[in-house]
Amino acid sequence: MASGAAPYLVVEEVSKAFGTVMALDGVSLTVAAGEFVSFLGPSGCGKTTLLRAIAGLDPANSGRILQAGRDITALAPAARDFGIVFQSYALFPNLTVAENIAYGLRGPAWPKPRRASRVAELVELVGLTEHVRKFPAQLSGGQQQRVALARALANEPGLLLLDEPLSALDAIVRLHLRQEIRTLQQRLGVTTIMVTHDQEEALGVSDRVVVMNHGRIAQIGRPEDIYRRPANPFVAGFVGRSATFIAWVEAAEGLLQAGQDGWRIAADAARGMPRGTRVEVFIRPEDVRLTRPGEGGAGSFPVTVRHWEFLGPVCRLTLAAGPQRQLEADLPPDAAHALGAMPGAALAAEVPPERVLVFAADA
Amino acid sequence: MPETRPDGTVALPAAAQQRVAGDALLLRGGLWITASVLAIGLVLPLATLFVRAFEDRDGGFAGLENFGRYVTTPTLLAAAGNSLWIAAATTAIVVPVAFFYAYALTRSCMPMQALFRTVMLIPVLAPSLLPALALVYLFGNQGMLKGLLLGHSVYGPIGIVMAQCFYCFPHAAIIMAVALATTDARFYEAAEALRAGRGRIFATVTLPGARYGLVSAAVVVFTLVVTDFGIPKVIGGQFPVLATDVYKQVVGLQDFNMGAVVGLVLLLPAIGAYLLDRWAQGKRAATLSGRAVPYAPRPRRQRDLPLLVFCLGVASVLAGLLGVAAWGSVIRFWPYNLSLTLDNYDFARFDAAGWDSLLVSVRMAGLAAILGTVLIFCTAWLLERGTRPGRLGSILRFAATLPLAVPGLVLGLAFILFFNHPANPLGVLYGTLAILVLNSVVHFYTVAHLTAVTAIRQLDPEFEAASASLKVPAWLTCWRVTVPMCLPAILDIAVYLFVNTMTTVSAVIFLYGPDTKPASVAVVHMDEAGQASAAAAMAVAILGVTLSAKLLQLGTARLVERATQRWRRR
Amino acid sequence: MFRRTIAFGLSLLLAPLAAEAQQRTRLTVYTALENEQLQPLKQAAEAALRDIEIAWVRDSTGVITARLIAERQNPRADMIWGVSVFSLLQMEGLDMLEPYTPLGAEALRPNFRSDRKPMTWTGMDAFVSAICFNTVVAQARNLPRPTTWADLLNPAFRGQIVMPNPASSGTGFLTIAGWMGSMGEAPAWDFMTKLHENVQVYTHSGSAPCNNTARGEYGVGISLDMRAVTLKNQGAPIEIIVPTDGVGFDMEGTAIHRGTRNAEAAKRLADWAVTRDAMEMYGRWYAVLALPGVQPTVRGYPAEFEQRLVSMDFRAIATRRDQILRDWAARFDGKSAPRN
Ligand SMILES: Nc1ncnc2c1ncn2[C@@H]1O[C@H](COP(=O)(O)OP(=O)(O)O)[C@@H](O)[C@H]1O
Ligand SMILES: [Mg+2]
Repeated sequence: MASGAAPYLVVEEVSKAFGTVMALDGVSLTVAAGEFVSFLGPSGCGKTTLLRAIAGLDPANSGRILQAGRDITALAPAARDFGIVFQSYALFPNLTVAENIAYGLRGPAWPKPRRASRVAELVELVGLTEHVRKFPAQLSGGQQQRVALARALANEPGLLLLDEPLSALDAIVRLHLRQEIRTLQQRLGVTTIMVTHDQEEALGVSDRVVVMNHGRIAQIGRPEDIYRRPANPFVAGFVGRSATFIAWVEAAEGLLQAGQDGWRIAADAARGMPRGTRVEVFIRPEDVRLTRPGEGGAGSFPVTVRHWEFLGPVCRLTLAAGPQRQLEADLPPDAAHALGAMPGAALAAEVPPERVLVFAADA
Repeated sequence: MPETRPDGTVALPAAAQQRVAGDALLLRGGLWITASVLAIGLVLPLATLFVRAFEDRDGGFAGLENFGRYVTTPTLLAAAGNSLWIAAATTAIVVPVAFFYAYALTRSCMPMQALFRTVMLIPVLAPSLLPALALVYLFGNQGMLKGLLLGHSVYGPIGIVMAQCFYCFPHAAIIMAVALATTDARFYEAAEALRAGRGRIFATVTLPGARYGLVSAAVVVFTLVVTDFGIPKVIGGQFPVLATDVYKQVVGLQDFNMGAVVGLVLLLPAIGAYLLDRWAQGKRAATLSGRAVPYAPRPRRQRDLPLLVFCLGVASVLAGLLGVAAWGSVIRFWPYNLSLTLDNYDFARFDAAGWDSLLVSVRMAGLAAILGTVLIFCTAWLLERGTRPGRLGSILRFAATLPLAVPGLVLGLAFILFFNHPANPLGVLYGTLAILVLNSVVHFYTVAHLTAVTAIRQLDPEFEAASASLKVPAWLTCWRVTVPMCLPAILDIAVYLFVNTMTTVSAVIFLYGPDTKPASVAVVHMDEAGQASAAAAMAVAILGVTLSAKLLQLGTARLVERATQRWRRR
Repeated sequence: MFRRTIAFGLSLLLAPLAAEAQQRTRLTVYTALENEQLQPLKQAAEAALRDIEIAWVRDSTGVITARLIAERQNPRADMIWGVSVFSLLQMEGLDMLEPYTPLGAEALRPNFRSDRKPMTWTGMDAFVSAICFNTVVAQARNLPRPTTWADLLNPAFRGQIVMPNPASSGTGFLTIAGWMGSMGEAPAWDFMTKLHENVQVYTHSGSAPCNNTARGEYGVGISLDMRAVTLKNQGAPIEIIVPTDGVGFDMEGTAIHRGTRNAEAAKRLADWAVTRDAMEMYGRWYAVLALPGVQPTVRGYPAEFEQRLVSMDFRAIATRRDQILRDWAARFDGKSAPRN
């Protein structure tokens, strides 16, 4: 994060209501020049609304937006400096690929030859040279996506906005294209904001991720921070997989007790919390280490395998730790076989204290 | 360089701000134009009509006196009753026939479906007077088939119902065909998998699936009959109905106040029907899932053959009536001299305006088609895609659906009351082509509007946003993308406006001036004077024009398709 | 290419609008004359008065009268030409007619012109109500040939008679005015009540009954003589019967609407309307003309029918026109569905 330089885009306390629905509620964030930022969150949390407020397509009700030092809050979209790719691509079906890409290249600044060479450059950039004369309906979804991207980039905008650009594509094309977009972005150095509800996509390509919930920002941070150090239970639960349960802080430093059965687990994050604090605990499957019964370390506890799911590179085991608690653990299939981790098997489990996520549960 | 403000932000160059404002201004201005057209052409006239119903002849407030006079005049009340039962009878006949006709078109492998689809539309192209005139030739006191009526007179309810059936049939059949075509094939597969018999499938899948279509069709037919003026005028004899009452009160007795009262009464069933239809439409939309699988019928003789016979029967009645009218128009002196002649087309012999009235109609319909299409399409686009139409937008959206609930006769009456008011500076329009065009555009606004909205809604909702992001003004994108993509719908709208303006009688009969008498009104006048052959000839001439327009549309549709719809091909 | 085609089409549609702005004075003339008379009269008048253009507004007598009266605060008509004298006298009573004595109007027969000075109206022609009798239908249905109005009460004519609605049709009104003149008022109502039993339909226009009878739709049509004569000359199997028990007659006349903005032109047209040329035009359709000495050219009128005209006090009837029509409507209008 380029904290020293003046930020390229500043969003200050932006709110937007549709009737009584607060789609955005006092959102603030900054984006540095050349940065790739993703807005991530469940459907309906206000990602698109925030993107469209930045674009000026659905202006905010209050707050301020600055781009490159210029207050653009009240400007119409046409007076701002951005390119956008819509979820549906919004390609003009009756215009060819070339005409679509050249659509915004008009006026005295774009005489015919210049326009033609710019279009050639762009189709080259997105690898569609042999399709320039086709109509959108004659292209595959991925190709249409690239046309939309080329069209958005044609005017060399300072800011590229992508609204769920990949959600209409099938899984393989999707993976491929998201890498392509990232490469392109880095090559052009264009500041980019991408909206997505797919966390893998967001974590995979972004410099920073903005996690949103109910019209507010839940956390902003680098992908790893978001995953490893979620700021609140929402982020912990939304990003990545985890087992979750309620526990109380014990007298002893960093020890949690859950349930009536006196089940305990050590958690570094609970250090310093007053005794008796009610907390939410999140444990990620890859953090659970399994051993044969009795072979575990000091913090290990007995579990029973309830369910076994083969996912390819890993197996996901559903474990019962006591009568009401369930955990999940990921481990390579070979390791699982070696442990004899079949449904019904009794094993020992252990979670490194620094990996247990703990949040004070208010009320 | 833009100037930097104290807070570090930069002021936008004035020019850029202005261009943006100009764009928005243009879009808003467009809506205001439509708003004023609908205000002048719909709201203010209807308001005047409403006020006049509560006034006496000299403009004083009369309270409910006119209404009292209405309910105590037996003939007026009888007319309302007559209108209702005539409409009910027509509905009861037309809707089942239309249902089976549409069923044959959509659910069978009957041969010649394209032909039947075309024949079905004939009545739409003819003025409603035409079937009435043809029935006089067939069942009048000298009619060729008079015997079939078993001594009953065609002048009255029998003739009205027969002619209305012809006139309303295509409207019902189109609605039924759409309703039946959009049913989900998966229901049939499920029913067959559950081993339901054909009769059971028909009763449990087909009929319920079409029930909102049936409601819509019934409502449309009922309203058409109640509000149609041409047919009872020609063949109603002494049988009074609401529509002829309005005419009699206004034109015959020049009693505008009573005319306004009858007009309001006529408005009631139309508004009721409108509400009912909206309800049915909403229900129908809700039953259709986006993933419906279209039904593809398989050939089956026992079903296809009877349906073919049935459709042949219906189609020959439709074509036959038309043929009779055409034949009647070239008879020298019916029924005593059946030699053929074109004398009846020498209209100047029967009506001072002669062929000019057809020219007036063509000009009126042409202008209504062109101006109306531009206005209606642009408005639909602004409402659907303009920048935040706001409250004005919602008012306009509602106002655009209103004309459907206003019978032509009521609109025409409202127009005279409004434009002929001594204090109205727009009075100079009275009797001009302009007022006829305005009236026609407003009269047929709703269907055209809905066609435009449907076409626009099929386009990606982000076109305008995309164009704004590319700094291309929205109107330019409308012109380069929206219009070409909607061209088939635009042609549809233009032809719809043209054909309906050519054939309408009810609205314009109050509004024409000394040299703007439309052909359809000339038909009424010639029929009033007992010149049946000339009236038939003029009606056939109108049909000739509308038919040419329709054929021209089919012809150009291909050209247009080739020129602008290339992108549809994969 | 496409755009040019559209532009061309538009200009075609709009061109006539622009062309309307001409130099001639346009007179809006309200009339109840028969349709086929309008074109020849317009041509003749416009040929004689080159700088005047006539724009007809035509409807049945009752309608055009009602419309003139309804519009009198905000008149659209410059002139009235070819409207029943009953209507003209009613309008005179409402002070709607411009006093003006056309040049040469003194030469008209005295009872064919206004008795005011200056005159408020001038006559054109007179016509009577007559019976159109379809001989073919009569033979087929065994109808006796009527010679008097009273003959029409014969039950044999049940459902065979068609007559104009007096509220909308001038002919209809003159017919019942004639019955009142010859029979007296109460017996006339009595007669109409009985006749109503035999009438199939009351038509909007005065010529429709005869047109429909000529086509065999009905056996007997009560109509104006002129229409009957024209149809007979066209070859319709009808006989024109002028009943021997007295027929009502009506005059048609010309007047200038008070407050016209084209008074000069209107006066010149009023002058022309009483010329010999104009009378000869009227004579192509009517047998009785306002100007003595003009020979009507119309053929086929029954001889000596002038003797059967009842004597009528036009002004007396005109003042009661409204009342008579209201009574008539209350008794007969739309009272029933068609009878068979
Ligand atoms: N045009 C609109 N009218 C009313 N409500 C809207 C509109 N657009 C979005 N909303 C509401 O605002 C909230 C945020 O929507 P959106 O930004 O589209 O969510 P996301 O893109 O995160 O899925 C949702 O509750 C949605 O229903
Ligand atoms: Mg979204």
